[in-house]
Amino acid sequence: MRWFWIDRFIEFVRNTRATTIKNVSFGEEPIDDYLPGHPHYPHSLIIEGMAQTGGLLVSEEGGFRTKTVLAKVSKAVFHELIVPGDQIFLTAVVQDKKPSGAIIEGTVTVNGQVRAELELSFAFLDDRFGEKGLFPPEDLLRTLRILKLFDVAVDQNGNRIHAPEHMLEAERQAARGIIQSRAISQSKPA
Amino acid sequence: MQVSEEVFSKVQAALIDALGVDDDEVTPQATMVGDLGAESIDFLDIVFKLEKSFGIKVATEDLFPKDILTESTYVQDGKVTATGIAELKKRMPWADLSKFETNPRVQDFGDLLTVSDLCRYVESKIA
Repeated sequence: MRWFWIDRFIEFVRNTRATTIKNVSFGEEPIDDYLPGHPHYPHSLIIEGMAQTGGLLVSEEGGFRTKTVLAKVSKAVFHELIVPGDQIFLTAVVQDKKPSGAIIEGTVTVNGQVRAELELSFAFLDDRFGEKGLFPPEDLLRTLRILKLFDVAVDQNGNRIHAPEHMLEAERQAARGIIQSRAISQSKPA
Repeated sequence: MQVSEEVFSKVQAALIDALGVDDDEVTPQATMVGDLGAESIDFLDIVFKLEKSFGIKVATEDLFPKDILTESTYVQDGKVTATGIAELKKRMPWADLSKFETNPRVQDFGDLLTVSDLCRYVESKIA
């Protein structure tokens, strides 16, 4: 499964805004070298969490087929450190979306206090980078379920967004493949 | 052709913000790619900032007429044909194509746009 630094979606409005939460644990090996006695998490991880939140937000329309990559960190202002025990809220708001990419404005808060302000640009890769998506659809679907995205996702009219059919079909195919391979291995003499 | 100070100042602010360059680098003659170091993804950011600042809509095709630079009607042996140049002039009347015309290699088109060109484009949209 692809590595994620967000735990759950709590808000998702198609092409508009999304909020995720990340519970930071002392078990995640924070950085303690720069400020001994003040373990914290590097700013790059905060950017990663926002990139995951915003990247999924801007690539949902069309069933997550868009090959979305973080292309530019236009702004990254950090007001306070993120430390063990913090529950981070990462809110991404779409500023612009075009066929070639999208821009989001991100705000990171803990207990209602702004810890970081970001602006990120995403590029949508075309077929020169391969016709397939960046991730197997059945794997991404499993991750999106774990992140509870479909529990909260709605379109701009407030209608629920469900798992895309092509992902469900990929999941069914993968399941059939597993069942077949098990059947073959069980039919072989010991 | 002169551009208004107000337009130049707003375009300059957008470029400083998007490209992280200093204000004295953003001269009217500076080219976006060669002098200011703009990469393809930066144009998304620049377009967004110009749209916001001037209340206009910018189509990517306005700045990069991809069809003229790829279709065989307009391109031969890696160079834009006379028909292609005529079409470019028609679609991009705000751009100074005089230097490009002397050796219209497609690969050089990316470094054609200057800050002045961008200002004149914006003026054509707000006119």
